[in-house]
Amino acid sequence: MIRHFLAKGLDTRVVIALIAILASAVLVPLANLALPESHPLHVPTYLLTLWGKYATYAALALALDLVWGYCGILSLGHGAFFALGGYAMGMYLMRQIGTRGVYGNPILPDFMVFLNWKELPWYWEGFDHFAFAMLMVVLVPGILAFVFGWFAFRSRVTGVYLSIITQALTYALLLAFFRNDMGFGGNNGLTDFKDIVGFNVQAQGTRASLFALSCLLVAAGLVLTAAIVNSKLGKVLIAIRDAESRTRFIGYRVATYKTFVFTVSAMLAGLAGALYVPQVGIINPSEFSPGNSIEAVIWVAVGGRGTLVGAIVGAVAVNWGKTWFTGVLPSFWLFALGGLFVLVTLFLPKGIVGTWSEWRAKRRAAPPADATPAPAE
Amino acid sequence: MTEALAANALLYLDDVKVSFDGFKALKGLSLTIEPGEMRAIIGPNGAGKTTMMDCITGKTRPDEGEVSFEGGSIDLTRLDEATIAELGIGRKFQKPTVFESHTVEDNLYLALKSDRGPFATLFHRLSGAEAARIDELLATIKLTDRRNDLAKNLSHGQKQWLEIGMLLAQEPKLLLVDEPVAGMTDAETMETAALLRRIHASGKSVVVVEHDMAFVRELGVKVTVLHEGGVLSEGSIDHVANDPRVIEVYLGR
Repeated sequence: MIRHFLAKGLDTRVVIALIAILASAVLVPLANLALPESHPLHVPTYLLTLWGKYATYAALALALDLVWGYCGILSLGHGAFFALGGYAMGMYLMRQIGTRGVYGNPILPDFMVFLNWKELPWYWEGFDHFAFAMLMVVLVPGILAFVFGWFAFRSRVTGVYLSIITQALTYALLLAFFRNDMGFGGNNGLTDFKDIVGFNVQAQGTRASLFALSCLLVAAGLVLTAAIVNSKLGKVLIAIRDAESRTRFIGYRVATYKTFVFTVSAMLAGLAGALYVPQVGIINPSEFSPGNSIEAVIWVAVGGRGTLVGAIVGAVAVNWGKTWFTGVLPSFWLFALGGLFVLVTLFLPKGIVGTWSEWRAKRRAAPPADATPAPAE
Repeated sequence: MTEALAANALLYLDDVKVSFDGFKALKGLSLTIEPGEMRAIIGPNGAGKTTMMDCITGKTRPDEGEVSFEGGSIDLTRLDEATIAELGIGRKFQKPTVFESHTVEDNLYLALKSDRGPFATLFHRLSGAEAARIDELLATIKLTDRRNDLAKNLSHGQKQWLEIGMLLAQEPKLLLVDEPVAGMTDAETMETAALLRRIHASGKSVVVVEHDMAFVRELGVKVTVLHEGGVLSEGSIDHVANDPRVIEVYLGR
């Protein structure tokens, strides 16, 4: 049953994307570890980490495309689930520091010693175990999304109003995590990580592994989301997106479906955040900032909403552009991003991948006699 | 006495009142549909036809009155749209609403009677019986050759038929059909009347709301005339057409 379910999502586009992602998961770390630095194809470690970060963004974009592209839920707060997954991983990494912290306290992280706390808060218990922390990486965002969705979708909050409350959700978390007495390191967040499952987080091998794992997450996320959208449930999601009340009148509980897909999406975003943190070396409340969530929406729009592969393409392309742009003209990046969003909305409403597949379909549909293409519009 | 009436009826409305911001959309509407009956409901704009459908399908809660299904055993005023749909009441909207970015076939596939839970649909596989049922429905609504087209590419009349097909796919006991021939050509109108008569002949109860008098005459069933949120007249088409009150408010313009 599961195999049939997963296989159903594998159309040509998904398979090509999977091959590309899995090839990068193997070849890029190899080019970093096996080739000497003088070799023209050598990938420096800083690039490996940068691309690993893009991969985690791609997984976040996939999660967002699942709810926005297929179910019409425009979440402007998906960064919150990403950041919560990141905090859960950060807590694990903090507990691994042990006596190597500045204050050398075997149990308490440095910031707690600094705040004169005497014992570990109850919600930090268990985070020294990797398996428990990984469970929390998916459970915390999942439960928050479930509870949020339960209330919002049952009350039939839709459209702009829903977008605004998702935005409020992430903003509320931003303010909460800024507070020192929340016990998550206040505005400094969690940093100074040493080890992850016994390996030094700074080590080249660890970084290569984290890159490969991030690619694997994107691949697994793609297989899962593609399987979901190609199942009958996926057809129900599209039906909800296009004609919500019709779906209700043929007997589907719209709120249940929305809550389900929102929760799955939040869990994927949480996993993405968990792989992001060890690669960038820090998690702080700014990850909850509304701007981050909005940027994720732009990645999906640029790549092509409702295409899954487009979300990955958009996340990587926009972030590569961001890295390049902030190097050349740092103060203009936000203008460029805003301009890009306007341009894509006006001229490429289906995004890169959506426009490409439309163009391909048109070429295929055209009769052979008409092979010489008409002037492009 | 109302108990006895409700006990034999498939759908029973008694003294239903609904108001929106002081506007009284329904002022004590009572209506009984027998099992296996087809009924036409006519009335000028604002007579309360759509509000009545909203009350039956759970979209609107009546302020007062009783709305019950299957011999009075099920109180529809307490249930939500999805539950009512699962009980066997299918509704076609005034404006054709189909799933535009799905194919004709998928529109029917989604509507087919089956477990509506998310985990059931996640792992669902189209069975042979379901495929056969879809073929049968496509033939009924005369869209077999359009099965792989997107619903948004259908003509207005074809969308209306597809929506009726989706209603049938749900295997409801009662079909509520709101203005099925609005915007149709004369030929399409007559075909739709024949389609509804066939559906009725297969044993389903049908309530048709319509403006088009030629169409209602073609159906040849008992007619209820609504006016200002209540029943004005009821009987055969000739009976209501000759009722002076009906002529005054509706036909005599």
